[in-house]
Amino acid sequence: MTDRLPPPVAAEPGAKARLSPRKKQRISRAIQYAVLVAIVVGVILYADWGSLAENFAKPDVADKALPELFTVALRNTIIYTVGGFVFSFVLGLVLALMKLSTVRPYRWISTLYIEIFRGLPALLIFLLITFLPLALPGFEVPGGTYGQGILGLGLVGAAYQAEVFRAGLQAVPKGQVEAARSLGMSAARAQVTVIIPQAIRIVIPPTTNQFVALLKDSSLVLFLGVSGEYVELAKFGNDLASQYANATPIMVSGLTYLLVTIPLGHLTTRLEKRKTGVR
Amino acid sequence: MTNAIEIRDLHKHFGKNEVLRGIDCTVETGQVVCVIGPSGSGKSTLLRCVNLLEEPTRGKVLVEGVEVTDPDVDIDAVRRRIGMVFQQFNLFPHMTALQNVMIAQQRVLKRGKKEAEQIARTNLERVGIGDKAGSYPAQLSGGQQQRVAIARALAMGPDLMLFDEPTSALDPELVGDVLAVMRKLAEEGMTMLVVTHEMGFAREVADRVVFMDGGVIVEDGSPDQVIGDPQQERTRTFLKRVLHPEG
Repeated sequence: MTDRLPPPVAAEPGAKARLSPRKKQRISRAIQYAVLVAIVVGVILYADWGSLAENFAKPDVADKALPELFTVALRNTIIYTVGGFVFSFVLGLVLALMKLSTVRPYRWISTLYIEIFRGLPALLIFLLITFLPLALPGFEVPGGTYGQGILGLGLVGAAYQAEVFRAGLQAVPKGQVEAARSLGMSAARAQVTVIIPQAIRIVIPPTTNQFVALLKDSSLVLFLGVSGEYVELAKFGNDLASQYANATPIMVSGLTYLLVTIPLGHLTTRLEKRKTGVR
Repeated sequence: MTNAIEIRDLHKHFGKNEVLRGIDCTVETGQVVCVIGPSGSGKSTLLRCVNLLEEPTRGKVLVEGVEVTDPDVDIDAVRRRIGMVFQQFNLFPHMTALQNVMIAQQRVLKRGKKEAEQIARTNLERVGIGDKAGSYPAQLSGGQQQRVAIARALAMGPDLMLFDEPTSALDPELVGDVLAVMRKLAEEGMTMLVVTHEMGFAREVADRVVFMDGGVIVEDGSPDQVIGDPQQERTRTFLKRVLHPEG
């Protein structure tokens, strides 16, 4: 039996040959270049470069940021971020397991938590944390300012990380539990030995993204009213900027963030690509 | 002597869909029983009810005299004595072949690492892939993966084995290796309940063949009876399709 395909559509020679698609494309691209050049020329001509450089990239002010930029500010940013990340990782895993639990109230609690902490601005959480000692007399967040910052980041991060873990746990094929259970493992044993290790592998790329998000959110520590040795990058840049009435330190802080976030972003992309490999 | 498996008036519904509609079936100790039938006939569900991967809607399943459908039964303890082999192998991808065969011995039977490893290696040899102990599942062919899965089940020292279409996901040239392992097991006297489309295997190895269709057992007897000389029209139609797919 032969399949009857419609005859190939022949290009109609000469028909409407005024502008071929290829030619149209070329013209369109030329217009796009022209617009770009016009904008660049406009910016170059009309911006006051001297003043911009004076305010945003003044070398001697940038020089004042060293070495504390790295020894204090970046160090603290990393402390807040790593602390908050560990907190959110553990709490997130617990919340994800609760969300997938057969015990209904656990599912409710987990859903409520995730909805609230994803729905509120992180800044609001930080502001509320500063009022905790007022609300609970005698209560101090352990670890002082570090503790408060880590708590804020951890509480918010856990809600997102929980969703990451939930997706990861659900991505492990059902046959894996069945194989584990049919070998006589209890439900809990199957989770710990078979499901969670695989889920963690699956969630490595989105978790790296979470880490980057936390790193950026660590700038909210600014609102805890921190000072001195506790300042992280954003607060550090802002304080110096006020001191010298010049935005250069903020630019320097920004570059320091990028120093960490850009490589991490590339790492995530690579991990995502690798995911299709050994499994 | 108690039978290895006794199934009495077993029903299983998925919502409105009645997959099993009153199954009665017995597997004696040491017997090899093959279950054949068209897809959707409930054969896999029947198998999965034996170790309670599916909860029967009604009816009883007894394994070595223990009623697994009793809500108070320690199902983990019963499952330890039932090896199960899946169509999709279901090896643990984050572990090597050796670890796959060791893990349940260590975590469930509480065997020491040395003992578990020795038993694992013995069983990998037994299924003919002792040299692949260090490989991850993704590095193995389907036939090798399925043999690791069989070794994993055997390492638990089960009294009986369930096979759920063990060769259906394999490339045709790899089917023989897995069937050879199963044949050897049968010769060694293992009690086996096998859901399969391999008529040649059923005919040669099985003590009994059960033909299922529409959630009921249509025919149950020796291979020569059921495959060689089927009495029911439905069995004949099915066999004709399977044995002469070109029509």
